[in-house]
Amino acid sequence: MTRAAVRPEEQEAAAATPEYEKAANRAASRRGLLLSLPAYAYLVLFFAVPLGIVMIYSFATRNRFGGTDLSGWNLEAYRKLGEPIVRDILFRSLWLAILTTLICLAVSYPFAYFMATRTPLLRNVMLVFVMIPFWTNFLVRNYAWRVLLGNDGLFTNITEAIGLGERELLFTTSAVVIGLVYGSLPFMVLPLYASIERIDLSLVEASRDLYASGFQTFRRILFPLSMPGVIAGSILVFVPSLGAYVTPEILGGAKTTLLGSYIVTQFLTARNWPVGASLSFVLMAVMLVATVVYFRTGGRNL
Amino acid sequence: MMGDGGNDQVSDQVAAVELTAITKRFGSVVAVDNVDLKIADGEFFALLGPSGCGKTTTLRMIAGLELPSEGSLKIFGDEAGTLPPNKRPVNTVFQDYALFPHMTVEVNVAFGLKMQRVPKVEIADRVGEAISLVRLEGLEQRRSQQLSGGQRQRVALARALVNRPKVLLLDEPLGALDLKLRQEMQGELKALQREVGITFVFVTHDQEEALTMADRIGVLNEGELLQVGTPAEIYEHPVNRFVANFIGQTNLLDATVVSNDTVCLANGVHIPGKSDLGVGSRVAVCLRPERAEMQRPDEVPADHQSVVGRLESVTYLGNALVYTVVLDWARLEVRRENQPGGYRPYVGEEVAVSWTLDAISVVRA
Repeated sequence: MTRAAVRPEEQEAAAATPEYEKAANRAASRRGLLLSLPAYAYLVLFFAVPLGIVMIYSFATRNRFGGTDLSGWNLEAYRKLGEPIVRDILFRSLWLAILTTLICLAVSYPFAYFMATRTPLLRNVMLVFVMIPFWTNFLVRNYAWRVLLGNDGLFTNITEAIGLGERELLFTTSAVVIGLVYGSLPFMVLPLYASIERIDLSLVEASRDLYASGFQTFRRILFPLSMPGVIAGSILVFVPSLGAYVTPEILGGAKTTLLGSYIVTQFLTARNWPVGASLSFVLMAVMLVATVVYFRTGGRNL
Repeated sequence: MMGDGGNDQVSDQVAAVELTAITKRFGSVVAVDNVDLKIADGEFFALLGPSGCGKTTTLRMIAGLELPSEGSLKIFGDEAGTLPPNKRPVNTVFQDYALFPHMTVEVNVAFGLKMQRVPKVEIADRVGEAISLVRLEGLEQRRSQQLSGGQRQRVALARALVNRPKVLLLDEPLGALDLKLRQEMQGELKALQREVGITFVFVTHDQEEALTMADRIGVLNEGELLQVGTPAEIYEHPVNRFVANFIGQTNLLDATVVSNDTVCLANGVHIPGKSDLGVGSRVAVCLRPERAEMQRPDEVPADHQSVVGRLESVTYLGNALVYTVVLDWARLEVRRENQPGGYRPYVGEEVAVSWTLDAISVVRA
């Protein structure tokens, strides 16, 4: 999959750029920098600096009184991540995040395709429907699920009505996945919609004309061409799910601790800041890798 | 007189495409209205009409991309009206080519064969053949974004032809190309069609393109098939005012039928003009600019009919001159080859525009 090299005429143009044009280009980039300065400043102050602090703490030592000594730098906290308890939590969180992402993808794709192929008016109405849940507080929505999944809730009533007996989902891993899928659905639908909407539907017709069945057309034309949306949506769902805290806390059980809760415990209850910091850092590294993967694969075609 | 004349030619063999009373409605809009059409095997057939006339919808129904609301559609004798596109022995060259952007030229061309599960070795052979047929050797590994308009057009052709369809459908195949390339491709398409011997059905709004390329033309307007015939039939004997106007340049003089060989022009003069439209019908006398002649009013030959008007303007076209003559009830254009000598009236002069009986046709108004 070699991409075309820079066209010869473009190379020439670059070489032949006269002085005044270079000056104009420099002025334009100065203006750009100036305009983005507030955002940069905000990011450095409230993101890069705290991140640096987290990194420093991850190499520090916890002292006997639950404080942290900023001396005697070591990798003890990172070593601790290899312990079975932490490892289990890490893998469980990864698995749940992947599961959530896949379910979101499976549910959102048909919907996004349906939406992208409607009339403009209908699309907008459907977009509004996708956004409506955002108008309610995230916590409130999670507590609403508690009611739906809990004892004598809607779910239990349904299982009872269809003869499966009184089943309760609340405080199980399934409840966490349901909650996570629910919360992340719009983040999957929107990028998918955006990328499917851009696909020329005559390509679908051409594929059908060239003897492809509906499924083959999906597999060979539609899905590959919507890959940027699939990857963007997957990252938008996967990354927050991996570090999710609120939903697992409210809907999950005590037996299934996830990364987010474990990190909070390390900081607040166990008072082991270095471990909390190192775990946060590893999490961030995973997310960074995911983002890089995105830009290397799907982002290129955007 | 109507479409039947053209259709008779193909009645003795199985038609490549046969539409019977096909109607397509989109909501309350009738896009194609009760169309009957037979296209013969091996024919180069043009569906011609202004935009929105239903020509593309007709093509899409043959392809299976739209289903007819009513009527029957047969492809080589087999009822195909409700088959999905992938079950029809036809392929389409789409208006904007619809090349798959994430595949190379080669993979694009191979797509249809792959979907039909043709063995790999055979795919390679046939793809190579199709690519050389449209003279795209050396570009196999390019993507559509790296091709020019003409090259894309060839890829679209190869991608369709490689499947050896029984009918090839082309939706405004030359519409996206510039004039020079379009003229070049017209000749190439025609030659290609002769070479592969497949029935081509193409849609165009360009009457010149239709006249140049097609064996037969079907003229559509507002969903109705007005006339089917060879380019000469349609040009020389248009059935009505719309067809006369749409195909080529023409002068239309309002008239009324007086008898089956006389009409009365709007100025009250009776002239010979054959028609079978019935006494009293409102008609138009169609006089092509190149068939009209021009003389001094007192020099009109005895066997010519004429009208007298004032020369309003002369347009110089290089190889020809177009004279605009104004009458108080009509306006006529006369086209003369640019030959040395001959009659060259001045603007403002009184001139006679004349014609012989075989130069005109009487059409429905």
